[in-house]
Amino acid sequence: MSAVVRLHNVHKSFGSHKVLEGVSFEVGRGEVAAVIGQSGSGKSTALRCINALETIEHGSIDVCGHAVHDPKLDRRSLRRDVGIVFQSYNLFPHLTVEQNIMLAPTCVKALPKAKARELAREVLARVGLEAKAENYPEQLSGGQQQRVAIARSLAMQPKLMLFDEVTSALDPQLTGEVLKVMEDLARGGMTMILVTHEMAFARKVASQVIYMHKGKVWETGPGSMLDAPKTAELASFVGSGL
Amino acid sequence: MTYEFDFSALLPYWREFAWGALLTLQLSALSTVLGFILGTLCAIGRADGPRWVKFLVACYVEVIRNTPLLVQVFIVYFGIATLGIRVSANMAAVIALVVNVGAYTSEIVRAGLESVHKSQLEAADCLGLSRPQIYWHVVLRPAVERVYPALTSQYVLLMLASSITSQISAEELTAVANRIQSDTFRSFETYIVVGVIYLALSFVVRIALGLFGLAVFVRRRKLGTAL
Ligand SMILES: Nc1ncnc2c1ncn2[C@@H]1O[C@H](COP(=O)(O)OP(=O)(O)O)[C@@H](O)[C@H]1O
Ligand SMILES: [Mg+2]
Repeated sequence: MSAVVRLHNVHKSFGSHKVLEGVSFEVGRGEVAAVIGQSGSGKSTALRCINALETIEHGSIDVCGHAVHDPKLDRRSLRRDVGIVFQSYNLFPHLTVEQNIMLAPTCVKALPKAKARELAREVLARVGLEAKAENYPEQLSGGQQQRVAIARSLAMQPKLMLFDEVTSALDPQLTGEVLKVMEDLARGGMTMILVTHEMAFARKVASQVIYMHKGKVWETGPGSMLDAPKTAELASFVGSGL
Repeated sequence: MTYEFDFSALLPYWREFAWGALLTLQLSALSTVLGFILGTLCAIGRADGPRWVKFLVACYVEVIRNTPLLVQVFIVYFGIATLGIRVSANMAAVIALVVNVGAYTSEIVRAGLESVHKSQLEAADCLGLSRPQIYWHVVLRPAVERVYPALTSQYVLLMLASSITSQISAEELTAVANRIQSDTFRSFETYIVVGVIYLALSFVVRIALGLFGLAVFVRRRKLGTAL
């Protein structure tokens, strides 16, 4: 199986603060990898490195055939293959839901307006929000905004989707609707890496769980590893009920 | 002491007054549009440009904000003449006003740009938009919408300040008034009339900019909420 994402011995610091200290993992096509760990363990940073939002000091990152660690990386062509969704949605407040989704396909892929609108309706249907196309972000609930953010990424037809704690700002009911969308995506064969605190979701959907601790991959394995941790750190992390 | 008002002496000049008002509107409309473009480019340069651009813009803004408009007008007017370029007084007036209002616009728009959260730029970047596309589609509209009231005041002020360009004999309302009062010797009445016309023009400018805002800021028009 060819890896869509391969991190090898990745080091990253902010100033003198070492955040990633030799992170390595692989995610294959169609795989769903759940990254878990205490806050501050470097999960977001790892995700941001994959998408070239941060530059790394040492090691290599290959994503969909792009050498992300290479200073000559063509960032915009990487961005065509990778979608990312953040905890804070980051929808554009002055644009309608539909315009939010149409923006990148028309700007980046030069898709005609009509085609982009069609595409917008299509991805909105996938997240169950066709009816909200004409609404503005502020008129939607947090869960709906997050589903729009996912739809907006999907409209660029990425080969890989990254999710950084996309449900952390939502109450349990809204969390459920967003997780359902992500589960559908996973079932549709999308390669996904998600940073999450939803252990039940990780156990159920992830083909690989990556436990990060102090800037290192501490333990990795299938979802069942959460039931039989090998390290004391993972045991206490799972035990803490996070 | 009593003063006998005589506005009737000005009646024959109504065409001149109207003409002057129109010229002032033209002059300030052109300066507003060009000044907005210049100021916005400067604001972006200062927020996101290389260091030498930031430095140049900062110098430009400080110089303009700390010298009188009248002096700026003279410097532009005589400076252009010294360079051996022949331009009309009105063209010189437009250039001076654009240079002046561009500096103020750049400071106002800069505040607007700063109000757009970095996560918005990052999201757009992650969607693959280029730098110019990000500024055009994601940053500029919310930024300008947030500072639009301040911009409106600035451009009303510009229209009023354009009267100063009568000093280099640009053709506009105050210049027309100067001529009429020396023809009629009814100075007091003339400037009262001119004052009322400027007041009316201020309303016109405010309403025009208000309508433009409604046309551009669609979300605000539909929802009525601030960004
Ligand atoms: N831009 C940044 N500048 C400085 N320090 C940062 C920055 N981003 C993250 N950090 C630090 O890196 C560490 C790991 O952060 P992060 O990757 O966000 O952890 P997690 O997502 O696992 O909670 C934290 O200690 C955080 O303070
Ligand atoms: Mg994080």
